[in-house]
Amino acid sequence: MMMHLTALRRAAQGHIQTPRLETPFHARLAALSETNDWYSWAGYKAPHSIFDTELEYFAIRSTAALFDISPMVKYRIRGADAERYLNRLTLRNVAKLGLGRVHYTAWCDDHGHVLDDGTLFRLGLNDFRLCCQERHLPWLVDSAAGFAVEIAEETDEIAAVALQGPTSFAVLEAAGFAGVEALKPFQLSAFPHLDGTVTISRTGFTGDLGYELFVDAKHALSLWDRLWAAGTGFGLKAIGYDALNRARIEAGFIVANADFITAEAALRADRERLPDEIGLDWLVDAEKPYFNGRDAIFRAREKNSLKHILIGLEIEGNIPAEGAIVYHRGKKEVGLVTAAIWSPLAKRNIAIATLSRPYGSRIVDDLWVEIYALRELQYQKLMKRARIVARPFVKLDRRSANPPGRF
Amino acid sequence: MTSFDAIVIGGGHNGLTAATFLARSGRKVLLVEANDALGGVARGYDFHPGFSSPGLAHIVNRLDPEVAAALSLDDRRSEPAPTVVLSPTGRHAVLRGGYGEVIDGVSQEEAKRFKELRGKLVFQATILKRFLRRRPPEIGEMALADFATLAGAGLGLLRKGREESRDFLRMLLMNVADTADEYLTDDRLKALLAFDATLGIHLGPRSPTSLLGLYYRLTGEMRGVTGAQVVANSGGRSAAAAFEAAAIHAGVTIRTGTPVARIIADRGRATGIVLSSGETLEAGAVVSAIHPKSTFLSLTDPAEIGTGFRRAIGNIRSRGNVAKLDLALERVPEFPGAAAADLSGRLVIARSVDHVEEAFNPAKYGQFSNDPVMEITLPSLSDPSLAPSGGCTLSALVEFAPYALADGWEKGKPAFQKIVLETLERYAPGLGDSIVAVSLLTPADIEERYNLPGGHWHHGELQADQLLVNRPVNAASGYATPLRGLYLASAGSHPGGGISGLPGLLAARKVISEKRA
Repeated sequence: MMMHLTALRRAAQGHIQTPRLETPFHARLAALSETNDWYSWAGYKAPHSIFDTELEYFAIRSTAALFDISPMVKYRIRGADAERYLNRLTLRNVAKLGLGRVHYTAWCDDHGHVLDDGTLFRLGLNDFRLCCQERHLPWLVDSAAGFAVEIAEETDEIAAVALQGPTSFAVLEAAGFAGVEALKPFQLSAFPHLDGTVTISRTGFTGDLGYELFVDAKHALSLWDRLWAAGTGFGLKAIGYDALNRARIEAGFIVANADFITAEAALRADRERLPDEIGLDWLVDAEKPYFNGRDAIFRAREKNSLKHILIGLEIEGNIPAEGAIVYHRGKKEVGLVTAAIWSPLAKRNIAIATLSRPYGSRIVDDLWVEIYALRELQYQKLMKRARIVARPFVKLDRRSANPPGRF
Repeated sequence: MTSFDAIVIGGGHNGLTAATFLARSGRKVLLVEANDALGGVARGYDFHPGFSSPGLAHIVNRLDPEVAAALSLDDRRSEPAPTVVLSPTGRHAVLRGGYGEVIDGVSQEEAKRFKELRGKLVFQATILKRFLRRRPPEIGEMALADFATLAGAGLGLLRKGREESRDFLRMLLMNVADTADEYLTDDRLKALLAFDATLGIHLGPRSPTSLLGLYYRLTGEMRGVTGAQVVANSGGRSAAAAFEAAAIHAGVTIRTGTPVARIIADRGRATGIVLSSGETLEAGAVVSAIHPKSTFLSLTDPAEIGTGFRRAIGNIRSRGNVAKLDLALERVPEFPGAAAADLSGRLVIARSVDHVEEAFNPAKYGQFSNDPVMEITLPSLSDPSLAPSGGCTLSALVEFAPYALADGWEKGKPAFQKIVLETLERYAPGLGDSIVAVSLLTPADIEERYNLPGGHWHHGELQADQLLVNRPVNAASGYATPLRGLYLASAGSHPGGGISGLPGLLAARKVISEKRA
């Protein structure tokens, strides 16, 4: 049948009918949502909260929480040169990433500026999945020139959900994932689900005991139902990003384009960051083969030309210092708080901040933050003392306990 | 395993120049060349029994004086070769001396106008020339000497008055057609400027910035005469042979017929090469005098260079537009209207600016010109050894013949060859009957014969966006590359192509200026 050219063109542009996509789990989230509070995560409709951020946070820390991470950008990298390719692309040594293991890593442009951070899953000897916040297909494809690798974006095809919290293992066990107790932190394995498989990794963004489950989008709802049914006796709750964000701050994790600006998103030249400037210096491996940005990173170290530093702060009082300016001696502006909460678990007022060196590196005392607390249309200006502390702010033994606890 | 201070990849004239200067600085230098003979595009070839071509570079017009001195070229030779702009009417214009210091065949008024324009362009080219004989400045890390060059250029302009400075800035990025129209009325002279400005460049005379090509031509000099030219092999000695002799004299170890398989690199540092035979050679410095694309896309492991850098190298525009014709002739052809003595110079077929522009138009769409423009030499008149006695060779660079011909060269070449020969016949009636053999190299053939990506003798388009700090790409514009220990010395580096030796000389200087590894 002949179709008119305009009709053909329109048919190929169906995506504009749905400017905001729904994730494979959306039907379940929408049914559970009491707050109807949505935002856009990489073009997908994602919940800020489902019923109550406070209670959702405590689900993470006291029972178990289910968080839809399908909008996370996912790339599949396969081929004989996959390891060599990823070694050139990313900071850490991929040769050391064992089969069935996951590691946190980051990647830079030629100037050593961080393009993104993310997790790299080794699904097979020559088969990897890279998960991250921003989209990077052109960079990944350009990087592939000269390598025997295939790069595919599978954000749409693969649904993913994070199951986090002290009873998360118990939920998986009750859901019948036999053998899941053998998973150690940063380990992954495939488990049968209906006529397919679900890949479960002991990873997460909460600093708690937790798992991430990856499944074909067509099996997403059945997986959700399987977990939900198993979770009834273990306090399983669906949660939104606001609750997760509190947990991740406690765990000291950073978020791209929230705690630092990625090199491709930065419009101003001084906003780009070297790994050492956002606390990722520990990822840089001098012994591994060449990688993008290597020379620039080591030159900056050699020349002592690093300009910024990302640190954890503990601030007096209990008012979260989000967006606050950091001062030295209460006068000189030396940095900015990018994330802050009152931590219910640590019972401390904590923050992640970026300072201009030498503040935060050589000069670490006499730091203050200026908090503007809005009180019924009037700002109350608070100058609070801040102290540099180690991240994570909260460390939980159950996160890495083997075998994982049932609770 | 043998160890050298420096290994030069590629025995073209820039590789030989770099090797010569490195060896003269006391370094132990090895030069490896894939072909059995040295000289690169200045390397001659036999194209019919008894008939030889001087190579792609049939004219030398920009040999750097310092390089020339190192070659100990014989300086006692004759006048610069003339350029005859052929007219279908037989009334040709002849430029003598350094780019038409004297002109025959035009009116006195026109000669005066040409003199004025020539003076202006040569002056402006002199300002630009300061930048050609040194490394491009590093943006953000300007050295004192860079400021000195800039200040010198500024002062050079101001000495001539404000008006000249303004005019320089006005004209710098103009097109050659408008410039020619501004000063001249004679179509033959305008056509010559249009031809010379665009020869070897993917621009027509009316394309913006096309005047840069003419400036580049006028930054050249031969034996101290700006704009002068010499036909290759004049005096019976090829440029390739002179470069080779200088390298041998300087003590360079030369291995021909020795293709390089790859450059050895580890964690950002190049330490040597592996030959296609499997042999490994180490050196403190590896100087690559082949096309930057060959260097980084063929010889270097992508895992050893950055994504952005490799992408930039891959994006270098390097598609040739010029075909090379060699004819074996039974006798010296006659070009009615041209004096016999002038036939040993350069003959140009370009009737008008429009002719050059119209020859360029199809190239934009992957088609060759149906009415091509060309420059012709008769090399055997200068070097009788190139043809049997009584015979003659004709060499021509013909435009426009795009590298990526839409219909493919296999089909297009016979058709294009027919057109080229018919064109020649119009200016030299009877030439067709005296043809013994024809050799036509399309850019695709040139690529294959000379291992030259795109068949582009400049190793990358010589246009505003690929000059100076962006030649061949910004991160490698100072001869050193992001891969420490690996240097670039080909025409793909600043200042560009033509038999000048400058990329090789400046690359050698850069290597010498750095601490030995």
